Amino acid sequence: MIYGCRDLSVKLHGAPTLALTEVSVQVPPGAVTAVVGGDGAGKSTLLRCLVGEIVPTDGVVQRPSKAEVGYMSSSSGTWSELTVNENIDFVAGAYGVRGQALSMRRRQLLRGTGLDHAGSRLAGQLSGGMRRKLGFVLASLHRPRLLVLDEPSTGVDPVSRVELWRLIAEAAADGAAVVMSTTYLDEAERASSILVLDRGRAVLQGATDEVMASVPGRIVEVEIPSDRSRAWRRGRIFHQWLPAGATESGRGVRVTPDLEDAIIVEMLGAGR
Amino acid sequence: MAAMRAMIVKEFRELVRDRPTMALLIVPPLVLLIVFGYAANFTVHNINVEVMGPAAARVAPHFAAPLGVSRVDPGATRADAVAALRKSKADVVVVTSDSGPPVALVDGSSLFTAQSAVPMLHQVPGLQVEVLFNPALKTSWWMVPALVGLIMTFIGTIVTSLGLVRERQAGTLEQLAVMPLSPADVIIGKIAPYFLLAAVNMVVVTALGALLFGVPFAGNVGMFAVGSALFLLVVLGLGVLISTVSQTQAQAIQSALILLLPQIVLSGMIFPLAAMPWGVRWIGYLLPLTYYIEISRGVMLRDAPLNALWLAMLVLVVMAVLVLGTAILRFRRDLAPNVKQAKHHAANRVTSTS
Repeated sequence: MIYGCRDLSVKLHGAPTLALTEVSVQVPPGAVTAVVGGDGAGKSTLLRCLVGEIVPTDGVVQRPSKAEVGYMSSSSGTWSELTVNENIDFVAGAYGVRGQALSMRRRQLLRGTGLDHAGSRLAGQLSGGMRRKLGFVLASLHRPRLLVLDEPSTGVDPVSRVELWRLIAEAAADGAAVVMSTTYLDEAERASSILVLDRGRAVLQGATDEVMASVPGRIVEVEIPSDRSRAWRRGRIFHQWLPAGATESGRGVRVTPDLEDAIIVEMLGAGR
Repeated sequence: MAAMRAMIVKEFRELVRDRPTMALLIVPPLVLLIVFGYAANFTVHNINVEVMGPAAARVAPHFAAPLGVSRVDPGATRADAVAALRKSKADVVVVTSDSGPPVALVDGSSLFTAQSAVPMLHQVPGLQVEVLFNPALKTSWWMVPALVGLIMTFIGTIVTSLGLVRERQAGTLEQLAVMPLSPADVIIGKIAPYFLLAAVNMVVVTALGALLFGVPFAGNVGMFAVGSALFLLVVLGLGVLISTVSQTQAQAIQSALILLLPQIVLSGMIFPLAAMPWGVRWIGYLLPLTYYIEISRGVMLRDAPLNALWLAMLVLVVMAVLVLGTAILRFRRDLAPNVKQAKHHAANRVTSTS
């Protein structure tokens, strides 16, 4: 079963414009789908629609029953006055995970997230990164069929991000349909498919490899761009987009576009 | 100077958008002005007197305002007189006989009425005065039953609303909304601990009142428990209601204080309702604490029977249904948006598969 939504539009209470406009996305099991976009692009709204926390104004949402959905909100969704173990106990109780299954799952997830020595610490006393890892533990505790993660790695240190990504990949490998939002494009590049949102509209989507491979024209690496309107900084140098059929040639080293290049080219109005 | 000006402008902008703080700036001063201007009065101007016994018709004309004779019953006995006081039908009942002097029985559970009445009764020639239910007219006996209600109000509104708003503020309310918990699971699970906590507090305060101040518990424990439970449901409902309109804990405290202040001053807890002009007294009759105090003082001090307190109980039942019902509906909207919006968006469809 492929989860997701079709032609989803959302108008939030009191907002003058649509937060999402006719957005469609498919979240297949066994794979990770990344939702990418800047602040206010509609990433969280889309994920909240997928889990049923917001009812869309229009469109169709396909999801399993509540008991088979795991959700980590942008605020990590942990109870700060409870210890790590008490957080797990509460969520396990709500999802009906008990006994041996709970013990094994608790051990596995706490070890995987490096929280195995923090079981008796209050969630409110954990660092931001540790709290987000606990949020992931709670969301995936009951082995949901649809795992929805809202910026799981924001605020997490680089080493922990790698660990977190491994856990996300494991959840997908276990058969879960995983959809996560992120502002980190290097992270999104690892997903099987991506959806890029801008001001509530899907501007780019598809299999991540195909999206990167289908950038029209060429991307070149230059120290001083000849056309600043088509160039963007990448560290100490610039990448510049030369549309198909551009007359300019011979300047800069051609590079294979990554996801950041693909998105920027799309935003520059290349179309497809 | 420019920096300070920027700071002042920023503060004003924040203040104007902070509605609970604005309400706190406007409502309490108005309430205090009205209350202390009109309601803060310990002197009762109308004291309801009944005269009973064989010589009732002869004795009744001896009483002048503010002692107002409302009933003369030559056939009634002292037992009838005590029953009338228990039921709060009169503030003073004068029991007459053919042989001895008339005896004025005063309801000591209405402290300020009794304090006003006793000196006047002593001026009536040949009249003996006997204060029932609070013979020494102790203020603590008058206050403790009311304080039980105030403490439950405090826990029910402030503490409950804080607990719920904390969930909203921490972002865990949305987590609860998507978990396989029904709105009833969440609402009952959230308020049950506060209900128990407030109930324990009620028992402790009542017991301490008896131990420290010798406040009697003359009446039926079961009736007191039922009245307290009904009142708790109302104040817990107010707490949930506050949480649905508050985004932060500070806002919840401000809103709760705005609700709490009139309850303290207009419920008859401190100032007797009978001493207030009708212009403000009607507000008191809209407040749940008014009815709880009627029950707690009635049961603890006077051993009031159910047929004297049924109206207060009924009002609390109606308030509990209205307040808790509204609160649950509003809170449920946060937890189950599907239920709320499905009606409005016929085009929207959700397909759940398992």
